[in-house]
Amino acid sequence: MIDKQRNIIDFTLAALLRRKGKNAALLVSYTLVVALLASVMLLTQALRREAGLVLQDSPEMVVQKLVAGRYDLIPLEYRDKIAAIMGVSSVVGRLWGYYYDAGVGANYTIMAPTDSSIAQGAITIGEGIARTRKIGVGDLFPLLGADGQTKLYQVSRLLSSESSLVSADLLLMAEDDFRALFNIPSHLVTDLVLSVGNPSELATIVRKITEALPDTRPVIREDVARTYDALFSWRSGILLVILFSVVLSFLIFAWDKASGLSAEERHEIGILKALGWDTSDVLFMKFWEGMAISFSSFMTGVLLAYIHVFFTSSALFQPVLKGWSVLYPDFRLVPFISPYQIVTLFFLTVVPYTVATIIPAWRAATIDPDAVMRA
Amino acid sequence: MTMIELRDIKKVFNAGRPNEFTALYGVSLDIDGGGLTVLKGPSGSGKTTLLSILGCMARPTAGRVLFQDQELTSLPERFLAAIRRQAFGFIFQQFNLIKGLTALENVMIPAYPNGEKRFRIEGRASNLLDAFSLKHKALSNIEWLSGGEAQRVAIARALINDPAVIIADEPTAHLDSRLSREFMEAMLRLKGQGRTVLIASHDPIVYEAAGVERVIEMRDGMVINEAGAA
Repeated sequence: MIDKQRNIIDFTLAALLRRKGKNAALLVSYTLVVALLASVMLLTQALRREAGLVLQDSPEMVVQKLVAGRYDLIPLEYRDKIAAIMGVSSVVGRLWGYYYDAGVGANYTIMAPTDSSIAQGAITIGEGIARTRKIGVGDLFPLLGADGQTKLYQVSRLLSSESSLVSADLLLMAEDDFRALFNIPSHLVTDLVLSVGNPSELATIVRKITEALPDTRPVIREDVARTYDALFSWRSGILLVILFSVVLSFLIFAWDKASGLSAEERHEIGILKALGWDTSDVLFMKFWEGMAISFSSFMTGVLLAYIHVFFTSSALFQPVLKGWSVLYPDFRLVPFISPYQIVTLFFLTVVPYTVATIIPAWRAATIDPDAVMRA
Repeated sequence: MTMIELRDIKKVFNAGRPNEFTALYGVSLDIDGGGLTVLKGPSGSGKTTLLSILGCMARPTAGRVLFQDQELTSLPERFLAAIRRQAFGFIFQQFNLIKGLTALENVMIPAYPNGEKRFRIEGRASNLLDAFSLKHKALSNIEWLSGGEAQRVAIARALINDPAVIIADEPTAHLDSRLSREFMEAMLRLKGQGRTVLIASHDPIVYEAAGVERVIEMRDGMVINEAGAA
């Protein structure tokens, strides 16, 4: 049985090599479609995973203040009220915000670490900002304050590129500088970060906070994770819609090639049957033909996608899939492949093509072998 | 000894349709093993249809076919395919070699479903090409071969599974007289090896050739005359 299949595969490959141009065109377009689809899947999955890793280090709960349904600065006195709730280990106020740099048309995320690690007048910047503004340690960096005055800060440190997905557009400054820049009074902070001793008490603590401080909104880490997930799904959805037309045109081409047997192919099937090939032998031949094209395209496509996503940082569709900031981090994702996705892609590409190859051959393979005598 | 028996064979194409056509009207025939028989007759006389039924390529609409005392008419397709592959070697009117493949690959085709090791099949195919003085053309594509070379490749292909019966349908239709005579010489050699040779032809070079033991004349789907050696 194995030798029989090997012989049939040998014959199939020899037969495929006869139509080099046609099959090569099919192989190339098939590979590109698989590569594009696999790139979207790999990139989305890797970003999702990266975001998940980032979230691991993010606070368990953040409390924001709402005014008329809008997010507002939160008074520090809220911190003390929340700290008094049973089960809350610590509450820390955070100062952070966004700054639009009209000069380069980019948004920065500005934060003031609470540990006073940054001296007044100094700033630490992410590699995206350094790259865009072409500045480094020791350079002066001007920012326009809320009072309309330009303030100068000296770059004291660059953030390491290892964390560039998160920190590319990050600018860190001292708390006093932050308050002065954005004109924020000393009794207000952007939000409050909570840590909770027992994670199973989270729901109770959320309820107690909303009861005690009805104008606040506690956001737990799982909510953020869900938002990230929805965001990446939505973005990959957009990309898939764009790819849809490409995939569709390929499918029409492939279906036509795979399903439409030419008169010559029909005649050859007739010859094989007349020479003693069984219907199942012909079907095996067509099966191997479909597999040879679709499986090799699949493997090459997945390999190309892997290189595209993890070695060229998804050069082709970075703009769509990454964050809203214009400072795209120059980073490489950690290679990660989900077997589930590969299997899904296999069933979406290899299986339909192989079936499309076999069905018309089955019709041709069931003709009487004497048709070739009468032709 | 009778190798193939045909009993009251009737073959109707497109039965029940407006273009219904009866190709054979109750033909009965016994073919002995080891001889060279020619089915002679004009186009449309039913020669090719009869050869198809003899060679397990088509089933009769009515009647029975026995090969070495085994009833073939009711066998499932895969058994018929196996018998067709093992017991019969076919040479077609236009040789029906597969374009784009080499002579060697073409000769090997009928042996692929046997489940043998490839090197064994390749060895047999090379020997056959050698026997027909075609070893130097083994790796040439079929379309590069001359008419005579293609004909010999077709004969070699018919012999790859060492069949007991050789069936040739109008094999000289596209050959000149010299190549037609060469073809008949090859058939006589096969007969000399103990094989049964059945040829359908209306070419006098075939049915008048020395060594032809039996000529069965057909017309309008019936056997109208039968003669011994010419």
